[in-house]
Amino acid sequence: MDIKVRVWRQSGPGDRGRMVTYDVKDVSPDASFLEMIDVLNERLILDGDDPIAFDHDCREGICGMCSMVINGVAHGPEKATTTCQLHMRHFSDGDVIDVEPWRAKAFPVIKDLVVDRSAFDKIIQAGGYISAPTGTAPDAHATPVPKKDADAAFEAATCIACGACVAACPNGSSMLFTAAKITHLGLMPQGQPERDSRVIDMLQAQDDAGFGGCTNMGECAEVCPKGIPLSLIGRLNSDYRKAVTKG
Amino acid sequence: MAENEFWTEGDPIADTAAPDGPVETRWERRRFSAKLVNPANRRKLTVIIVGTGLAGGSAAATLAEAGYHVKSYCFQDSPRRAHSIAAQGGINAAKNYRNDGDSIYRLFYDTVKGGDFRARESNVYRLAQVSVNIIDQCVAQGVPFAREYGGLLDNRSFGGTQVSRTFYARGQTGQQLLLGAYQAMERQIGLGNIEMHTRHEMLELIIVDGKARGIVVRDLVSGEITTEIADAVVLASGGYGNVFFLSTNAKGSNVTATWRAHRKGALFANPCYTQIHPTCIPESGSHQSKLTLMSESLRNDGRVWVPKAQNDKRAPGDIPEEERDYYLERIYPSFGNLVPRDIASRAAKNVCDEGRGVGPGGLGVYLDFADAIKRLGRKAVEAKYGNLFEMYQRITGEDPYEVPMRIYPAVHYTMGGLWVDYDLQSTIPGLFVIGEANFSDHGANRLGASALMQGLADGYFVLPNTINNYLAAGPFPKIDHTHEAVVTARKQVEDRLEKFLTIDGDRTVDSFHRELGHIMWEYCGMERTEEGLTKAIGLIRALKEEFWTRVKVPGTGAELNQNLERAGRVADFFELGELMCIDALHRRESCGGHFRAESQAPDGEALRHDDEFSYAAAWEYFGADGKPVLHKEALEFEYVHPSTRSYK
Repeated sequence: MDIKVRVWRQSGPGDRGRMVTYDVKDVSPDASFLEMIDVLNERLILDGDDPIAFDHDCREGICGMCSMVINGVAHGPEKATTTCQLHMRHFSDGDVIDVEPWRAKAFPVIKDLVVDRSAFDKIIQAGGYISAPTGTAPDAHATPVPKKDADAAFEAATCIACGACVAACPNGSSMLFTAAKITHLGLMPQGQPERDSRVIDMLQAQDDAGFGGCTNMGECAEVCPKGIPLSLIGRLNSDYRKAVTKG
Repeated sequence: MAENEFWTEGDPIADTAAPDGPVETRWERRRFSAKLVNPANRRKLTVIIVGTGLAGGSAAATLAEAGYHVKSYCFQDSPRRAHSIAAQGGINAAKNYRNDGDSIYRLFYDTVKGGDFRARESNVYRLAQVSVNIIDQCVAQGVPFAREYGGLLDNRSFGGTQVSRTFYARGQTGQQLLLGAYQAMERQIGLGNIEMHTRHEMLELIIVDGKARGIVVRDLVSGEITTEIADAVVLASGGYGNVFFLSTNAKGSNVTATWRAHRKGALFANPCYTQIHPTCIPESGSHQSKLTLMSESLRNDGRVWVPKAQNDKRAPGDIPEEERDYYLERIYPSFGNLVPRDIASRAAKNVCDEGRGVGPGGLGVYLDFADAIKRLGRKAVEAKYGNLFEMYQRITGEDPYEVPMRIYPAVHYTMGGLWVDYDLQSTIPGLFVIGEANFSDHGANRLGASALMQGLADGYFVLPNTINNYLAAGPFPKIDHTHEAVVTARKQVEDRLEKFLTIDGDRTVDSFHRELGHIMWEYCGMERTEEGLTKAIGLIRALKEEFWTRVKVPGTGAELNQNLERAGRVADFFELGELMCIDALHRRESCGGHFRAESQAPDGEALRHDDEFSYAAAWEYFGADGKPVLHKEALEFEYVHPSTRSYK
């Protein structure tokens, strides 16, 4: 199929940036979206143009590196699918496809489609862990964990920190990301001693990093490639209230 | 053979760090004999760690907890994205929670045998010993392993062993283990004990007075080159499967950190040992950029077959039962579809070479679930494999409940790497190598669920004990950025980058990488011959020369330039690829992931030659135009006696 892509080009943080249109011919329906961009980039290089910069690594939907807003939707039109797992068979001959970076105050653009997501690491640094220095652990079977808690913790822990939730949120809020970590650690018995300080510190770090507030729009859960549910934000808020009340 | 056209033979090498005596107490005795560093002195000592996967992440967290000043580097935008994140199946540990006869000794035995008797007994025994501590550590960190209704940990069996010792978190075990290490690391970053540098790539090793004292890095965002000084350097930079261009590795995975160290004197061991995983989704066209693994667990219920006739273009459903060849069940009646990875891969290649492959280009075999669906019902199959079926459908657009999956082998893991002694120290003092980047524990073939075990064993438990013995002699003499060796290393990096940018040829970096990958796959892949390897060396040399005259790298060095990053990695892959072929050529036997067509039993199975090749081949770099020098480390088997693996 032959398509056009309109891609956000921005040479660096100081550049205003603009959409630029490219023709891409003979696209295989079996190619992934990123492979389509690869093919375009090969041509741009040989034509003496600057290839499009974009983040990607594992290309199997788990590293969380890829990050494109496709036709206005973070990670594109397929539900629960990262950009690298989106295939061209979901598009049609003659389509014009818009490709933009994540846009959020806390994720400044570095170049073209590449943004700086280090603010996520800052949130984890503030408390997204269980303090268990190497060598201090008791036997793994010392504390049984109810299966339903372990399973629910796992579901929350599948977050890949891609940032689609932030990109989709009109407020640029990271609440779904933070809630996923709070839920994962808060459901494990090992996570209890630091439960109160964790939620207070992580929310503070989130504000400090420039993420917006949550107004329960639900756009985050809509685009999440791992299906992290909106209800986790309610859990975070409940944990926060309890922690603050305890003082 | 002391010398030929491609290599020369040097003095043998020995691991002098491992104690002798009973294997069960070697690790305990080594820990006792190793020197310690006073806690007050640790903060005066700086350790650089390159890579933040399971090995690098766990080592960074643990050394920082111990009080060392740690500087950590990764090319990704966060340490959590290292490729360990993609590991699916699980992690082995000799917990014997199933009461099924498992023990440290059995895990040791299975790993030495699975490695086709090409690994060091001391190292493997220690790996099995610390495996039990890993699970404890990860549970304490909150890793949400799969559990049973009683709240205790679940296990599954894996990769041809007869006990259930694999701990797992659905099909995302690597992700959950890495997040555990990452979170421990972020805690230390927050405390100021780790200085983290994301989007930075190591491009050179700095050696002063014979010791590893630092690295040269490029900030991938600004392009700035800086020199980083330390008392010791740890490489945890992963494997080199991307020399094949198409592999299950992440796109950024590369050999540059270890190869730069090799060029500066670190020996590179067993580079030809490559693991080719039998169940990956086949290539769909020339646009293909990477291959995706489908978990080995699928072979528990799927049946592998191809048509009996060559060039049979009928749809699979139109091929009657009697015209199908369930070749694994036919050739290996006792293990059937569950033969180990190397055997299943080669069998798939053989039927495709006979012209009986299916799908585009005839490079695929069917993995059919029709019988399983009939026997267990669609619901049960969905419960077991639902997420894998979905992933397959997403990539291929085909529904595996209706038509059989198509699979083909793909490069997955590299057992070779920098040579290290029992302390995980390379031949350069102060340079330690951990995880997939070293060569030490898997021999010629790695068992399933053992990569995660080794990465975390090295990072949490082994290195933090052995590195003390080296650092006890520090702090080493102060050097600064104007030291001659530092300036020279920096200049080497700048000159090389400048060279890439000024060639201004007419071929892209990727086009060269793809072509190199084809050569490696064709001649140094699942089956190797003297003729093919000799030819490959010539082809690689010619292509390398062409690369240095015709490559086109757009942009400048003072910005985010992804093609410049790739150019450096591909340039190193050329040199590595040549050494892999030389190593494969010199090893005139078949073992594990290395199959030499000239060395097979009458029934086509791999034939080892223990009398001649029971050693690790550690190669010394001898200049871009010089011949590599082979140093043999003899392997001794006091406990597990070499036998022939048979799965028939």
